Amino acid sequence: MNTDARADGAGATGQGAVAAAALGALRAGLMAAVPILLALLLAGLLLMAFGKDPLAYYGYVVRRGLLSPSGLEQTLTRMAPLLLIAAGLIVAFRAGIWNLGIDGQFMLGALAAAASGPALSGVIPGWAVLTVAAGLGALAAMAWSVLPALLRAFQGVNEIITTLMMSFLGLSLANALVKLVFRDPATTVPQTRTLPVDERLPRLFETTVSSGLVIGLVAVVAVHLMMTRTAFGLRLRIVGAGPRAAVHAGLDLPWLTVAVFALSAALAGLAGAVDVLGVYGNIRADWNPGFGLVVIPVVFLARLNGFAAIGFVFLFSMLSIGGESAARRLGVPTVFTLVLVAIVLIVLAVAEWLDQRARARRA
Amino acid sequence: MTTTAPILALKGITKRFPGVLANDRIDLALRPGEVHVLLGENGAGKSTIVAMLSGLIQPDSGRIEIEGRPVTIRSPRHALSLGIGTVFQHSMLVPSLTVAENLLLGAPWWRRPARREMAARLGEIAAGLGMAVRPEMRAGDLSLGEQQQAEILRALVRGGRVLILDESTSMLTPDGIAELGALMRRMAGQGLAILFITHKLGEAVSFGDRISVLKLGRKVGEIPPERIRGEETVGEVLEMMFGARTAGAADTAPPAPPRPGRRLVVEGLSLPARDGAPALEGISFDVAPGEILGIAGIDGNGQRELAEALAGQRRAGGRVLVDGRDLSAQGVGGRRRAGLRYLTDDRLGEGTVGAFPVSLNLVLKEVGAPPFWRAGLERRAVIDAHARDRVRAFDVRTPGVATPVGRLSGGNIQKVILARELVPGARVVVFSKPTYGLDLANARATHQRIRDLAAQGIAVVLISTDLEELLALSHRIAVMSGGRIAGIVANDAEARARIGRLMVGVAA
Repeated sequence: MNTDARADGAGATGQGAVAAAALGALRAGLMAAVPILLALLLAGLLLMAFGKDPLAYYGYVVRRGLLSPSGLEQTLTRMAPLLLIAAGLIVAFRAGIWNLGIDGQFMLGALAAAASGPALSGVIPGWAVLTVAAGLGALAAMAWSVLPALLRAFQGVNEIITTLMMSFLGLSLANALVKLVFRDPATTVPQTRTLPVDERLPRLFETTVSSGLVIGLVAVVAVHLMMTRTAFGLRLRIVGAGPRAAVHAGLDLPWLTVAVFALSAALAGLAGAVDVLGVYGNIRADWNPGFGLVVIPVVFLARLNGFAAIGFVFLFSMLSIGGESAARRLGVPTVFTLVLVAIVLIVLAVAEWLDQRARARRA
Repeated sequence: MTTTAPILALKGITKRFPGVLANDRIDLALRPGEVHVLLGENGAGKSTIVAMLSGLIQPDSGRIEIEGRPVTIRSPRHALSLGIGTVFQHSMLVPSLTVAENLLLGAPWWRRPARREMAARLGEIAAGLGMAVRPEMRAGDLSLGEQQQAEILRALVRGGRVLILDESTSMLTPDGIAELGALMRRMAGQGLAILFITHKLGEAVSFGDRISVLKLGRKVGEIPPERIRGEETVGEVLEMMFGARTAGAADTAPPAPPRPGRRLVVEGLSLPARDGAPALEGISFDVAPGEILGIAGIDGNGQRELAEALAGQRRAGGRVLVDGRDLSAQGVGGRRRAGLRYLTDDRLGEGTVGAFPVSLNLVLKEVGAPPFWRAGLERRAVIDAHARDRVRAFDVRTPGVATPVGRLSGGNIQKVILARELVPGARVVVFSKPTYGLDLANARATHQRIRDLAAQGIAVVLISTDLEELLALSHRIAVMSGGRIAGIVANDAEARARIGRLMVGVAA
């Protein structure tokens, strides 16, 4: 009896299905838009509590992050490392693996690029310098993920802890290597040698936007297509959605786990390399943008969907570039951007919970 | 013994989970001064009852009554306030606090913890029941038995009248079990109603005043106090657990005789024990084309391990041959291609990925293989066409092939798995509890499916804890006990008795 009751939906007519789909899309849109507006409202109240004018803040952020040409260029340039990190996180999270060592992997990737780029400059052609440096960045980050990967794959050690610990070690190691090994003797501040501006990643058209943006976009779309369209991506999703089903289906769980770590870390390392090769040209010993942990909420907002991640990364990038300007002008701390993202996430989570509860009530 | 009015009664309780009917119209009454044993195998629905009585989940239908008044138990806190205390399988004490401090944790946060009063009350209760545990002991220093006593104190200190012990003996030593038994007797003596949940027959008979037997979500029998007497009771309960006629076995057409030859040969299969799973030792048998070999045994005696070793999910010692070809070195994929198929009983957790559509679940074991993938790229149209084809052939009731499989009923998930495993090329099919959790119609259809497979010359290994099902379908029945084959008997008139003896460890 209970077998048939569930199949009744099969009788829905085609028209009804289309209408239902449209309604579903509208509902999904509302489910995303309303909580974000509500979050902006809540964050505005918070700003008022600090004695700041929320409308002035939001207006300033939008003007500086989006509407002014130089602000928009900065926003787009900042997207490059964020997109690559998002791609790396999507691979890992979809496979059910919590790679929280992004920051360490990012820094080691940046360091490998910063150490190899200027050294190779003039020795081999410019495009080869960029390729080799980016490749070394990815490799360095991958190497840093080997230990957590093997521990997780063969000993079942929780990767949340090991990747976080390796991240701290990686940050310290990168810092020490800048000071002790790769330090540029020509400067007083501890930093690596600088890659000349004209040898960095080319800029797009007549703007200051780094072509790293293109690399980031390609990476996110490629990861999205890999996860949704290929056999390899499906295997990773099976591992993430049903590890026991993966064993039952004969998937090689340990090897897939190692592959996920390698891919995720390589993308994080590439993010670091692209940031160095496209924007900074070198790294300073005290530099750590901490992108890894801030992208995590962003990819969850995007529900691990690559295309949605592009949109949310753009939004976040705009907020953080605009927020940095607003911090100087209005005295609102830069971390307020993170507060805003956090409020959006919490409101979305509450909305989701209410929605599920309402559905459960009706069922 | 006069029958007193029950404190707590379950009336017609039904609870469904996606794919499983966990409790099917259960009636149960707990009386003061009585130890009521709830006996059943894994998956019989015991934990669901505990979860409902402790307020973790709500029944779909039926009602719970306390002293004759219907109540809705909203939360664990509410359950405690109604006088229902539950001791779960695993200790929930904070190791760095004392017993008394642990038990104060549930109090409202704005109130100052009344340490001294709590310690005094606990001491009183513990002394009254002859418990060894003292309120000032640190929880981390307690033995498992003492931790359990502390948990029992937690349940009693707020004026509990009903005490639920969920598989409480599973972590205890034999001495600890005897001690717990004595403690239960003393608590019952003080007028408490105790629900003791176990899957061990011996404990049920020695500690219980009344025994209720659950099987596949249904209550199949209750033995009142006046009928509990040692050996006879054991026989009666065994009859209820394994012998009682179940809905699934209502069809008893005699199986067609097998053909000559040895399609599946298993030689000396062995596996070390791991994570509480029993070891396999020297398992050998063979199955002829068209033969159904039943594997009987009480749950947890190595049946799952045997199935996984056969399927290639675990690397095991010994040899597995299909039609003379040695598959020992092959993994899951290689064995599947060689015609060896395994249908797991964990249909939603292991057999399918609930969040994935029916179409992908139908090719879950062929990811990357042509014609569904070409050069590693998914060919959605081919996968969907294949899915529609299989859905029609196996009469899967689903809104569409894009529906997540977790939304289907248990019977339909089973059909999806059958449709996936019984694609052409099957030579040996291993079933693990194929009708577990299914309703009558689906169970019958599955039985017919198994007979049809045998009629086609496929060798079937049928693992089941339902003896009736085995007797209805098998040609021969092997009995597993402690990771070994205790014996293989022909399915004749004496089979039932001989299997029963083999299960409890007496030579047939």
